[in-house]
Amino acid sequence: MSPLPISAAFRSLTTAMLKGFFRDKMAFFFAILFPLMFLVLFGGIFGNQGSSKAEIVQVGKVAVLDDAPPAAQKVFEQTLDIERTTSEAHAIREVRKGDADAAVLQRGDEVIVRFSRADQVKAATVQGIFSSIVQSANVSATGQPPRFSLATQQVEDESLSAIQFFTPSLMGWAIASGATFGAATNLVVWRRNGLLRRLRLAPVRTSSIVLARVSVSIAIALVQAAIFIGIGMAFFGLKLTGAWPMIIPLLTAGTLAFMAIGLLAGSVSKSEEAAVGISNFVVLPMAFLSGSFFPLDGAPGYITAIGRVLPLKHLNDGMLDTMVRGEGPSSALVPLAVLLGFTVVLTAAAATLFRWDD
Amino acid sequence: MTYGAVKAVDGVSFTVEPGEFFGLLGPNGAGKTTTLEIVEGLRKPHAGTARIDDVDPATRAPGLMRRIGVQLQSSSFFERLTAREQLDTFGALYDVPRGRSDALLEQVGLTDKADIRTEDLSGGQKQRLSIACALVHEPDVVFLDEPTAALDPQARRNLWDLLRSLNDSGRTVVLTTHYMDEAEALCDRVAIMDAGRILELDTPAALVRGLDAPVRITVLVDGEEQVIETRDPGRALADLAEHGALDGLSVKGATLEDVFLHLTGREYRA
Repeated sequence: MSPLPISAAFRSLTTAMLKGFFRDKMAFFFAILFPLMFLVLFGGIFGNQGSSKAEIVQVGKVAVLDDAPPAAQKVFEQTLDIERTTSEAHAIREVRKGDADAAVLQRGDEVIVRFSRADQVKAATVQGIFSSIVQSANVSATGQPPRFSLATQQVEDESLSAIQFFTPSLMGWAIASGATFGAATNLVVWRRNGLLRRLRLAPVRTSSIVLARVSVSIAIALVQAAIFIGIGMAFFGLKLTGAWPMIIPLLTAGTLAFMAIGLLAGSVSKSEEAAVGISNFVVLPMAFLSGSFFPLDGAPGYITAIGRVLPLKHLNDGMLDTMVRGEGPSSALVPLAVLLGFTVVLTAAAATLFRWDD
Repeated sequence: MTYGAVKAVDGVSFTVEPGEFFGLLGPNGAGKTTTLEIVEGLRKPHAGTARIDDVDPATRAPGLMRRIGVQLQSSSFFERLTAREQLDTFGALYDVPRGRSDALLEQVGLTDKADIRTEDLSGGQKQRLSIACALVHEPDVVFLDEPTAALDPQARRNLWDLLRSLNDSGRTVVLTTHYMDEAEALCDRVAIMDAGRILELDTPAALVRGLDAPVRITVLVDGEEQVIETRDPGRALADLAEHGALDGLSVKGATLEDVFLHLTGREYRA
């Protein structure tokens, strides 16, 4: 393939648009800092879920806890946060207020666990832990070595830790809104201030103008992705899986699809405000239905069915598969095909509505 | 050219000679801009033709586009670029070698605004910059759509000098305006338009003569202003001089504005 000739017109238009974008503090904020804010927020809120310990108030001496072998003590430390007290009434009060998940005391050979049903998951966890503590104490009291042992191994599963899920999903939303808003407002502003007509009177091919705009949008998307991944890895323990470079074609195709949506929004809008409004109206609900802000695993069937016809869902899926789920590069092919399909159809629709002037 | 049932421009026909300064004059909505857009090739007429040196401008032939410079009614700039960057960018669209921008800025008197973003320029400075943007490729023919609209008197006179110098350097200039004094001061010939038609087309002087309007002579007699309207100002002035009554003399002939109002009427327009 011979290298594409890069014309002076293309280069200067690209430069002009890039300067226009990076000098626009509002555009820069909404395209980069605003989505990043959600990443930091969600990374912080959901970051420690799952690893939080059960809080226990221990009343007096409880032999199964205090006299357990050192190995068991270590396990307790990892799963239980134990506060000691001598007053049973105080312990019960802590549980009632919700400050502790359970109170534990021993009367003779009976270990009593008192819990609140307010948090059912924690209640069940505490019961499970103590039932197993008592069982193993019983076994060791017989003086026999245990006949069965339990070995646990973690499997890379579909459910991801918070940051692994939120980085690709929020990135999808950031790229979708950046491309949509960029194309829509650009079209409206240039049409209204007459720059489109002015460019039409210059000996420059329309394709150079379009190509310049597309290149700028893709460059912005790459910057967004680099910042997202950089912050995710540096501060929240994001780990990329093997096929992650596939996000480059994915976000290129995603940018094209959402630019086409933006062109459509810009073509039917008479003002910049209308263009922003329509873009929001399309992108924000789509972000929710595509699982950008929370996983849709538990959502009813019709929600996931809607998601399947939305380009953002496919962009998110493609990036989740390649970036964090450890799927191979070929898992990006279906999302790529869908996104390019959306691009073709939406661009054709936008072209029929396109006007050079108001 | 029609919009719905309303014809914006109907039966307009005129020729502009090379090197001429030509004005399209008319009230708002007369069809000046539409006419200009047809000539520039931005609009296709439903009937009739436009030609620039025998080339149909609607074909957007690159050779032709390099020869015409266009300043549109609104300030059509790239967002958040400085004055110099605007000129560099437009220059690149015409494959103009870099480095001409500073000379252009000087030509339109914006040298000290080179690094100011266009959003921060005054109305007159924006107009001058947009004219400079129309000149980046040294076109032979320059189209200007109401270049002095909404400018203060100083900025307007300033711009007139610039426009005259363009024409003096051999360029053909076609401009639209609704300022009579502007057309009278600048144009070799003007076409007076209203409701999509050309009502008159001639030199400003011929148009004023054709009106055959009386001249208003004002003198002070015993501290009182006396006004004489006459179609024979030579004799009236001679008579006044004979009686030594020339105190506070002022003579006002008809202007293009009178021609314009005579042709288009005085009622308010939308």
